[in-house]
Amino acid sequence: MGLLLEQLLNGLQLGVMLFLLAAGLTLVFGIMGVINLAHGSLYMVGAFASAWVATKTGSALAALAAGLAAAALTGMAVELLVLRRLYARDHLDQVLATFGLILFFNQGMVLLFGRQPLFVEIPAALRGAVELAPGLPYPAYRLAIIAVGLLVAAGLYLLIQRTRTGMLVRAGATHREMVRALGVDIRLLYTLVFGLGALLAGLAGLMAGPIFSVQVGMGEQILIMTFVVVVIGGIGSVRGALAGAVLVGLVDTLLRAYLPAALRGVMQGPDADALAAGLASMGVYLLMAVVLLLRPRGLFPAHA
Amino acid sequence: MIERRGFLGAAGALAAAPFLARPARAQGTALKIGMITTLSGPGGYLGQDIRDAFALALEMQGGRLGNTPVQLLVEDDALKPGQGKQIAERFMKNEKIKLLTGVVFSNVLGAVAPDVLDAGGIYVSPNASPSTFAGRECHRNFWSIAWQNDSLHESAGQAAVNLGYKKMFILAPNYQAGKDAITGFKRLYKGEIVGEVYTRLDQTDYAAEMAQIRAAQPDAVYQFHPGGLGIAFLKQYVQAGLSQSIPMVLAEPSMDATTLGAVGEAALGIHVTAHWNTDFPNEANKRFVSAFMAKYNRVPTYYAQHGYDTALAIGAALAGTGGKVDDTEAFRRAMLPAKFESTRGKFAFGPNQHPVQDWYLVRVERGADGKPALVTKGRVLENHGDAYAGQCRL
Repeated sequence: MGLLLEQLLNGLQLGVMLFLLAAGLTLVFGIMGVINLAHGSLYMVGAFASAWVATKTGSALAALAAGLAAAALTGMAVELLVLRRLYARDHLDQVLATFGLILFFNQGMVLLFGRQPLFVEIPAALRGAVELAPGLPYPAYRLAIIAVGLLVAAGLYLLIQRTRTGMLVRAGATHREMVRALGVDIRLLYTLVFGLGALLAGLAGLMAGPIFSVQVGMGEQILIMTFVVVVIGGIGSVRGALAGAVLVGLVDTLLRAYLPAALRGVMQGPDADALAAGLASMGVYLLMAVVLLLRPRGLFPAHA
Repeated sequence: MIERRGFLGAAGALAAAPFLARPARAQGTALKIGMITTLSGPGGYLGQDIRDAFALALEMQGGRLGNTPVQLLVEDDALKPGQGKQIAERFMKNEKIKLLTGVVFSNVLGAVAPDVLDAGGIYVSPNASPSTFAGRECHRNFWSIAWQNDSLHESAGQAAVNLGYKKMFILAPNYQAGKDAITGFKRLYKGEIVGEVYTRLDQTDYAAEMAQIRAAQPDAVYQFHPGGLGIAFLKQYVQAGLSQSIPMVLAEPSMDATTLGAVGEAALGIHVTAHWNTDFPNEANKRFVSAFMAKYNRVPTYYAQHGYDTALAIGAALAGTGGKVDDTEAFRRAMLPAKFESTRGKFAFGPNQHPVQDWYLVRVERGADGKPALVTKGRVLENHGDAYAGQCRL
């Protein structure tokens, strides 16, 4: 029972991480109609900036601020300099340009920081484990990630459902032309939305620093899963991104944790392990296929 | 010192190939050596170390290897087999290069080496040495200076036995090298395997595996996760609180000087098996480590050592052939005795032209400067070749 609870928490934590990335990606796609492959690069920028500042200053708060600021500013710069020229073009051009950005950012990081992965420590306050129940320790840092992720989800809900900016964002996602016709400065809105998405990617990146490896190319590893989340959740929907992320996180974790044992019940040891590993890798993609079969526009489509 | 080594190499090759050895002479045009290696992406630091150390060996001998002026051409394969293959073709056709080296990853090697060998070229591997070229498909012009891939994991299996671990939990990514790792480990490990898990190659979060390890209560964990995967795995292992209760045994690709820098204190106490370490006391190694640190201002990894030894081995062969690579049989006779001072100490080629060498137990401990460092603890395997040499008929 304890083990199951731990695995559920693990799944939730992975889901929350994916949500932070997917929220930005889905907003950018839903509102601006841009496929941004370089979203993973912003995640990397956040991770590198906060790792670098943490090593230089030793302050976790300074590292947090640096990671967020670097990712948001880089995001807005990218929007101003590159993406602005791409809104009217078709998706293939956008994919090509943002793929170019991936190469640009990766090589830029090599020039700035070298090829060696950076070392990041967990902030002192979050080290160690919390005893959730007798015999069930759970790393405090991962609990903090879950908490931050859920807070961000709540904050985004308030921002999008309860504020004027949020109203414009929602309107932009469903009736882009009408918003423009009403005289809203859509260019400013686009820059802000892109900056917000970049900020969230940076947040995910800097939180991932102490757990994952901070290195060039780290963004592409997680980007594919993020796209799966966005597709499952429904493109353009933040609510969908949250549901999709938690679903993907749970399915992925639970399959990896329990499928080998389940298969070992019916098959020989090594074969069961190999097959289970294969099936677990396919799990989230199978989930995506099933969701698309039943609800072709995702769980919570924005342009309903 | 440099002259002495050139002399030794020449003398050794003379003894081995009395009919073909000519006095080494300076040539008008330098011999071109083609290096195809991985310089971009997460695996980029591996190729960088191979390239830098090879260049260092060249520089320490005044731009020569075995008294032959050498020009090194380096290209990045970006960890793409297709790209590696194209570079190899360009090197051989346009640049007329016969001697190639450099590939880091086995999948790239699988695309590059057959082309080179079929075209009558020579390939000297500074790292990747899959079973393909060690067993029945071994080749007179394929040389490995590093290891046969399996021996990394065999030595770890033996180390786990020596350390008295009765129950092991083993993990590796679900791809060819990962499966080889599991097979290699089990070849010499005699205890019970309480868990065998294949992870994904694009996995970043290992929380599910950590929970499984805790539930299985093994004596120790063996895991093979190269590069960034391993860094993430180790960090999460420590954060899950497992490092205090369950020790870990690793093969050297999972714990090099760079990984150690990224993982930090978390790595203290981990056992690693290695064919070489920076603290080996032999003269050749001291010379290499101090020159590398002076020039590049970082601790050399295993990959750097491979690059350096590869340059020395090629140098010894060139000294024997008088700088010629056109006659591959003459090159082979000069290469086979391995008349170079390896930084790892003892070095010999087995019947399949892969190394026969000693394997050592290395532990991560606090170094003199208080930072974690790799410290050699003793020998695990002596004169260890590989399991495939028997199938090779040369």
